[in-house]
Amino acid sequence: MTSERPNMRFIQGNEAIAEGALYAGLQFYAGYPITPSTEIAEILSRRLPEMGGTFIQMEDEIASLCTIIGASLTGLKVMTATSGPGFSLMQEAIGYAVMAEVPSVIVNVQRGGPSTGLPTAVAQGDVNQARWGTHGDHAIVTLTASNLQDVFLMTVAGFNMAEAFRTPVILLFDEVVAHMREKVVVPGPGEIEIFERLRTSVPEGTNYHPYLRREDGRLPMSDFGGVHRYNVTGLVHDMWGFPSTDSTIAYDLLHHLVDKLENRADSIARYKEYFTDDARVLLISYGSSARSALQMVVDRRKKGGKLGLLELQSLWPFPAETVREKCEGRTHILVVEMNMGQICHEVKKVVSRPERVFLANRFDGIFISPGDILRVLNMVQGKGV
Amino acid sequence: MPVKDYLRLRFLPHIWCPGCGHGIVMSGMIRAIEEIGLEKNEVVVVSGIGCSSRMAGYLDFHTMHTLHGRALAFATGVKLGRPDLTVIVPMGDGDALAIGGNHFIHAARRDIDLTAVIMNNRIYGMTGGQGSPMTPQGMRSTTAPRGIADAAFDLVELAKGAGASFVARTTTFHATELTRMIEKAIRHKGFSVVEVMSQCPTYYGRQNRLGNGVEMMKGFRDNTTSIGSKKREARPDLIERGIFVDEDRPVYSPEGLKAD
Amino acid sequence: MRKPKKPNKQTQKTSSTMQTQRIILSGSGGQGVITAAIILAEAAVLYEDLNAVQTQSYGPESRGGATRADVIISDAPIYYPKVEQPNLAACLTQEAYNRYSRSIRPGGLLLTDRHYVRQDPRIDAHQVPLDMHETVMKEIGNPIVLNICMLGALIGLTVLIRPESVAHVLERRVPAEFLDMNRMALQTGLDMVTKMTR
Repeated sequence: MTSERPNMRFIQGNEAIAEGALYAGLQFYAGYPITPSTEIAEILSRRLPEMGGTFIQMEDEIASLCTIIGASLTGLKVMTATSGPGFSLMQEAIGYAVMAEVPSVIVNVQRGGPSTGLPTAVAQGDVNQARWGTHGDHAIVTLTASNLQDVFLMTVAGFNMAEAFRTPVILLFDEVVAHMREKVVVPGPGEIEIFERLRTSVPEGTNYHPYLRREDGRLPMSDFGGVHRYNVTGLVHDMWGFPSTDSTIAYDLLHHLVDKLENRADSIARYKEYFTDDARVLLISYGSSARSALQMVVDRRKKGGKLGLLELQSLWPFPAETVREKCEGRTHILVVEMNMGQICHEVKKVVSRPERVFLANRFDGIFISPGDILRVLNMVQGKGV
Repeated sequence: MPVKDYLRLRFLPHIWCPGCGHGIVMSGMIRAIEEIGLEKNEVVVVSGIGCSSRMAGYLDFHTMHTLHGRALAFATGVKLGRPDLTVIVPMGDGDALAIGGNHFIHAARRDIDLTAVIMNNRIYGMTGGQGSPMTPQGMRSTTAPRGIADAAFDLVELAKGAGASFVARTTTFHATELTRMIEKAIRHKGFSVVEVMSQCPTYYGRQNRLGNGVEMMKGFRDNTTSIGSKKREARPDLIERGIFVDEDRPVYSPEGLKAD
Repeated sequence: MRKPKKPNKQTQKTSSTMQTQRIILSGSGGQGVITAAIILAEAAVLYEDLNAVQTQSYGPESRGGATRADVIISDAPIYYPKVEQPNLAACLTQEAYNRYSRSIRPGGLLLTDRHYVRQDPRIDAHQVPLDMHETVMKEIGNPIVLNICMLGALIGLTVLIRPESVAHVLERRVPAEFLDMNRMALQTGLDMVTKMTR
């Protein structure tokens, strides 16, 4: 018998999210049950208090996100989790976290939409909602993954980015990944770097400007209840955090909110490549559909097909440079996703030959299969259906 | 300490109209905090959106000006994150009871240790005088030119029914009573609701011909009475002021109830 | 009644290039087929050093309705996590049988319970009907462990993984007061196959 490794687990995707969050230092969770994310709340209602953290079930998703933002300002690492309808309700508070620059992690386990849609079926239709769901110009970080080891790692990365950039981070998973079970090797303490938020070194009695940026653009924080008292608001605000209608202040603030992420798109970008070196046909996919894409690539490779896969793990900021570079010189680009072409549209925008970009998709609640993808590839290569 | 030592003078003057009642409420809140002897670093003020919610910015505590109706949800996170801090939530009637009604009843149901000070001027002031859930039936607003059809909430009954362990009502006319009630509400361990009838001469007063701020405050004097007062036998329409609920209960924690 | 012919052993767990096992366990909500699938896959991962992926499709019902759990076990990485054509399947209700039996790979193994399922002879598979429900009721007296008996029978028929590996998972997952009952159910399933093939 193979000796049992204590850090090897056979767990569900939602449990991998919960474990990743705990590894990253989660201290506070507020949520509202919704399929297919509910297990995250169920697991954390048990695990988080055991580790000295706080779990609370709120009256709705609006309250859930507002509550974790409040807790984050007291200095805690925070998360909530939901699915489509709840994510829709959270959009206003996402904007608040963007504007007030409050580190927070929001998990959206996607299901079929719009509206109540297909509650127990897989979909990836919230990609653009994650980007543009809240109103006004802004930037956002959105990460995803296709296997449970990566779900764990991306959850940790999400917490690190939220703390490093003072931003809400969307972890955009899907029903298949969340409910699937497979092996996860939980890293030992210290194996993955855990970021803590930057706190001010301004001493008591000296003016602390909560929204005065350092030269590197970062804003050191001070926990509520500490020695510095300041104002936090969702209104356009000055360096004191006080509301302002000054056009220069508004211009600078919006630029800062967008630039702090968009200018770091390369360092935020996360992706994986499979067989891309000599690939004539490049598949681009993410989340659970990347598993079907990879299966199809591996199967065709056995028959001599020159296919490769670019798996995106960060969707926003869109890794435009990476995608443009990886798409150069391919005969066909096939974007595989479970929506009506939300990432395909982004790929077409950034590549030099958009006419070579095609979409292999499903949005009917059925998990896209390698056969589904092959049928589209044959069609676009003129091999018939 | 003088009242001004609790204010962020850099951010004054405030946005409130002449005759508005909200400054009296802010003053009462400051006096209550001073009376209890709380350090400024021990107090967090979380507000939503509306005229009354601008109070958070003027006060020299840890302050958070949040989303319309959601102040109690943000405050819940602050309180659970730092249970040792005193968290006060100034709200307007529309903020607390229309868009924020769900959070209000659930904060009361949990009986979480927050102090909600609800400035009830019976109108949306900041957006120019539209009706709120506290606008009495038949009264005018810019969205009800022939008088509002919907019945108003009775805030005290709503808070009691939802489970708040401290419920009180007073007015801006009764400034001393106001300070005493906010003080008791802050000292109370549990969800405390203080309804303060406040005046909006600019919109509610003008549309309903109730006069200026002073005249509206005289109205609070003439149309309210203490709980149990004999005056109500002759005039049952008088609105009662006082502490309606003040119960000692185990202090809420999401981990389960703990003895105080 | 004629004994079913002895099925081919589906795997020989000796070589490092095992055939990938694609398994569908199906029944109605509440019969524990998803639990059985999880136990099987977890045993393969934690105690046999194999890769395994388990998925399920489900509706809003907690009880009743057709439930299906997919398990893929392989010594190679597993990408596409769903089973399209199982080489092993078990059906614990007629509805599940009607829905899933036709997807089986020709020559695959299809396990059913005689109490619940009437087999269709046109299905191109080694069909093995066993009296699991009846035996569990007679020897253990509680239908709740039918799923574990099914797992025992499946392992007995295929040498998918070792019974000890499943027993280890049962020790981890099953509350102490139910552990003996589950061990008995596993052994009952294994014994039914031994008797059948003797």
